[in-house]
Amino acid sequence: MNNPVENQPSSSTEKRRFPWVTAIISSVFLIGLLVVLGLWMKQSKVTSLEIGANVPDFSVTTFDGETYTKSALEGKLILINFWSSWCSSCDEEGYALEEVWQEVKSSGDIVFLGVNYVDTEKDSITFLNKYGITYPNGPDLGSKISRIFKVQAVPETYIIGRDGTLAAIKIGAFESADEIRTLLEKAAQE
Amino acid sequence: MIANIGFGLLVITIVTSLIAVITAIYGVTSKTRAMLETSRLAALSAFPLLSMSIAALITLLLSGKFEYVYVYQTTSLSMPVYLKIAALWGGQQGSLLFWCWLLSGFTFIVLIRKWKQDHDLLPWVIVVTNITLFFFMVLVLFFENPFLKYYIMYNGEVITSLFQPFHAITAHPTDGSGLNPLLRHYGMVVHPPMLYLGFVGFIIPFAYAIAALIEGRTDDRWLKATRRWSLTAWLFLSLGLVLGSRWAYDVLGWGGYWSWDPVEISAFMPWLTGTAYLHSMVMQDKRGLFKHWNVALIILTFCLVIFGTFLTRSGLFSSVHAFSESQIGPAFFIFIAVMFVVSLGLLLFRWSRLSSGYQIKSFFSRESAFLYNNLLFLAIFAICLLGVIFPILSELFTGQQVTVGPQFYESAAGPLFALLLLLMGIVPLTAWSTSSARNLGKTVWKPALISLIFPIAAVILGARNWIAVIAIWLAALVICVTLYDYIRSIGLRAANHHEPWWKAFLTLTTRNRRRYGGYIIHLGVALMGLGIIGIEFFQTQTQAMLKLGESLDLSGYTITYRDFQIADTPDGRNVARVEISIARNNQELKVVYPRIDYYYDSEQAVTIPGLRTTLADDLYVILVDWEPVTSEAATIKAFRNPLMNWFWIGSIVAVFGTLLALWPSRERKLNTKEAA
Amino acid sequence: MRGKNLLIISMAIVFFCFATPVRAQEITPTVSDDEVNRVAQELYCPVCENTPLDVCPTKACAQWRELIREKIALGWSEQQIKRFFAEQYGGQVLAVPPLQGLNWIVYVLPPLVVIGGIYLAVTIVKRSRKSVIPEKKDPFQSPLPAPETVMKQIEKDLHKEE
Repeated sequence: MNNPVENQPSSSTEKRRFPWVTAIISSVFLIGLLVVLGLWMKQSKVTSLEIGANVPDFSVTTFDGETYTKSALEGKLILINFWSSWCSSCDEEGYALEEVWQEVKSSGDIVFLGVNYVDTEKDSITFLNKYGITYPNGPDLGSKISRIFKVQAVPETYIIGRDGTLAAIKIGAFESADEIRTLLEKAAQE
Repeated sequence: MIANIGFGLLVITIVTSLIAVITAIYGVTSKTRAMLETSRLAALSAFPLLSMSIAALITLLLSGKFEYVYVYQTTSLSMPVYLKIAALWGGQQGSLLFWCWLLSGFTFIVLIRKWKQDHDLLPWVIVVTNITLFFFMVLVLFFENPFLKYYIMYNGEVITSLFQPFHAITAHPTDGSGLNPLLRHYGMVVHPPMLYLGFVGFIIPFAYAIAALIEGRTDDRWLKATRRWSLTAWLFLSLGLVLGSRWAYDVLGWGGYWSWDPVEISAFMPWLTGTAYLHSMVMQDKRGLFKHWNVALIILTFCLVIFGTFLTRSGLFSSVHAFSESQIGPAFFIFIAVMFVVSLGLLLFRWSRLSSGYQIKSFFSRESAFLYNNLLFLAIFAICLLGVIFPILSELFTGQQVTVGPQFYESAAGPLFALLLLLMGIVPLTAWSTSSARNLGKTVWKPALISLIFPIAAVILGARNWIAVIAIWLAALVICVTLYDYIRSIGLRAANHHEPWWKAFLTLTTRNRRRYGGYIIHLGVALMGLGIIGIEFFQTQTQAMLKLGESLDLSGYTITYRDFQIADTPDGRNVARVEISIARNNQELKVVYPRIDYYYDSEQAVTIPGLRTTLADDLYVILVDWEPVTSEAATIKAFRNPLMNWFWIGSIVAVFGTLLALWPSRERKLNTKEAA
Repeated sequence: MRGKNLLIISMAIVFFCFATPVRAQEITPTVSDDEVNRVAQELYCPVCENTPLDVCPTKACAQWRELIREKIALGWSEQQIKRFFAEQYGGQVLAVPPLQGLNWIVYVLPPLVVIGGIYLAVTIVKRSRKSVIPEKKDPFQSPLPAPETVMKQIEKDLHKEE
């Protein structure tokens, strides 16, 4: 390549000293920014808890004032159903869950927990009474529990096995009571 | 068949872009002319190839071939033709392809026009643009392919695939799910292409800057050669932002036009650094100042452009723009990181060669004003970046989700915008090089005095918020000083050359397009500022459930609910419409029809406001809800947005100013003729 | 602690409202939509991110607006309602992060950016002024294109005038 203007007009009579401080500060800042974004992306890639993963401890205080803590329920099968009164497919599912609950509640080793996802208490209680739901239900205060399970939308159901790890996941509404029974049996065997 | 051709063309393009990069690097290092020519041809070929591929996709969209995933997801039978074409950028896959097409087109134009003139820089320009193109083509081909088809497997499962899998049959949906109804608006039809034109336009100056750094050609040529590219890119980016605002105003039913949403900000950030660059570019051009700074700014702008594309396209943030989510985030992330580190490395490598020869001599000189301008834009940018990044930081380190809403941006960046107005007001009267506060004061006091009329008028009209009054004064200062300077120059020229004033005006304007173009942009921005002040400080709103015939009162207006209709339309909507009469002092001013359109195909509702707009204020009425059975009562919400119209008027003025600054000057035309 | 009390109180209230719907209806209409919106616009919808509650069109948001209406009817202040929402649904419902922990960054950094900017402006101009080197040739004198000379003439004329 012929380079006609190699001898540029030497306007720089004094060599500006290299701004080390600025360079170092900005590169540290930059690397920090990239690391943060990278970590974020890595973290947000995990869409939900995986089966077999250990579920952190949490507790639900129901609308009736009872408190259910995960660690205290160890050895039992826990079905956690995230729902909302404003969710259109939660009502049908509520019926099905209640039907299964009536069958299993006497056995004592299966617990159903309805976790009310970002909802108002008034509407939730109306909902529960309207559909005759009797298994324990409580609000997800500060959205803490739904964040553990990385809930994207309601309804979502998770079953925690007797060893405290996640045994089954159902995203979306159950279509029938049978589907719930099958999933519970599957989770019990794990 | 058409899809296969379209896809095949994409495969060829990715190969040619790779060839262009390799041959360009090889050609420059080995000084082989034939290699460089190969590189040029390969780079040129991308544009026709992608054009044909785009044509194939448009054909599919128009012919309603719903077996193709993209066609199914973005169009439906009931959509009009122009929306079917707009569906090209209505979805993730199509918009990425569109982005590639623009980049190839811009590279094409540069290569056609400048190959002889900038023969030393252009191989590197090819390298930069084609690496970028290659990256985006990888995304299009391997992650976001627009030519995928639906197939039904033997077990009844529906899958998407490019080629027909074994034992599968093609699915033939009879109708598509249709474009997101929020996007079916003229503002949204033109907003993405404008934004993309702006985004992609900034890649050309960036490529030139990198080429100049690599070649060690650290004079001003890269900057001068791309001056008009930068200005054009800025124009489109600004237009994109304004049209996006107009869309939000017309369709989202917020009563406003800007909500400091992360995705809006991600388009605003390259605009901020790009605007800073446009100003500091002038300084290097005229004074040889800010040489490092200009390179740094264009690198930053490029990275923000990619970042902006990434934010809107990867679903990193949920917002009104979260129409799509995909897995391309990490790829974007790595690309930005690599490009940023490499270009900054190059800048540091050439640091000592880029020294400025000229100094700033006074705090009140025009040079200083440009410096302050740049610092202000960068500070606003830093605040925006903080606002966007902070929720991520918080969730990462404390596990808490937080929202950084408009209040943050308004209180943090608001004063800086005010300072920018002040600067814009003073700058036409500052002198180059040496200027003192005294000299500045001497020239500024007359227009400053005139500008006081505005805030005084505002106070008389009832404005009591002193921040708002100051803001109005600043916007008025810009208008008065700019006009004062303009008129004074016209007067002087008319006197010196014994010309009539209109002739003096024409010669001044046409001979100093950049200067007066800039002034007109400033005027436009000041007018937009008035609109922003109006809605920020003086917006009033009210809402109530009304029975037929009842009315609402809002700042002197009476808003009466007169009628309700609900009906299905042939294009697949259910429209609930109310008739609202707007009156003042018992005199009816206008009847508006706010409505809620429910789209059956995508199961979404869109709130369309009823608008009465004047130069003084906008009355913005929306239908919030209605009684489903009796439809006798409806909840109506009304906003009064004072001065809002000046925002749109100002943006048109600014566009006019930009076009003036862009128009090739006579000398330039002569030069090109000589060259030819 | 305070949060728990609030919760118990609010639950009691909810039960009360539910048990006596007639009375609840008597209470609610006294709170106007405008009063509700004044609070709602400072709160964000917890599910549809980045949408303020007052303009959010979903059913869930309508329910939250009703909740705000009830709270106002019970005489709660805006601050109390906001705190209640943050406890119920998490910090992201607040338009601006509350002043605690890492959130300080949001409040401290912008002023620091401004101060840093002022410092930069002053040092750049000062340093530049100090290092003014006797120029052999003023870059102004380099042949400027015609329009610039015209402008220079005008500017000179202007200065003369003053």
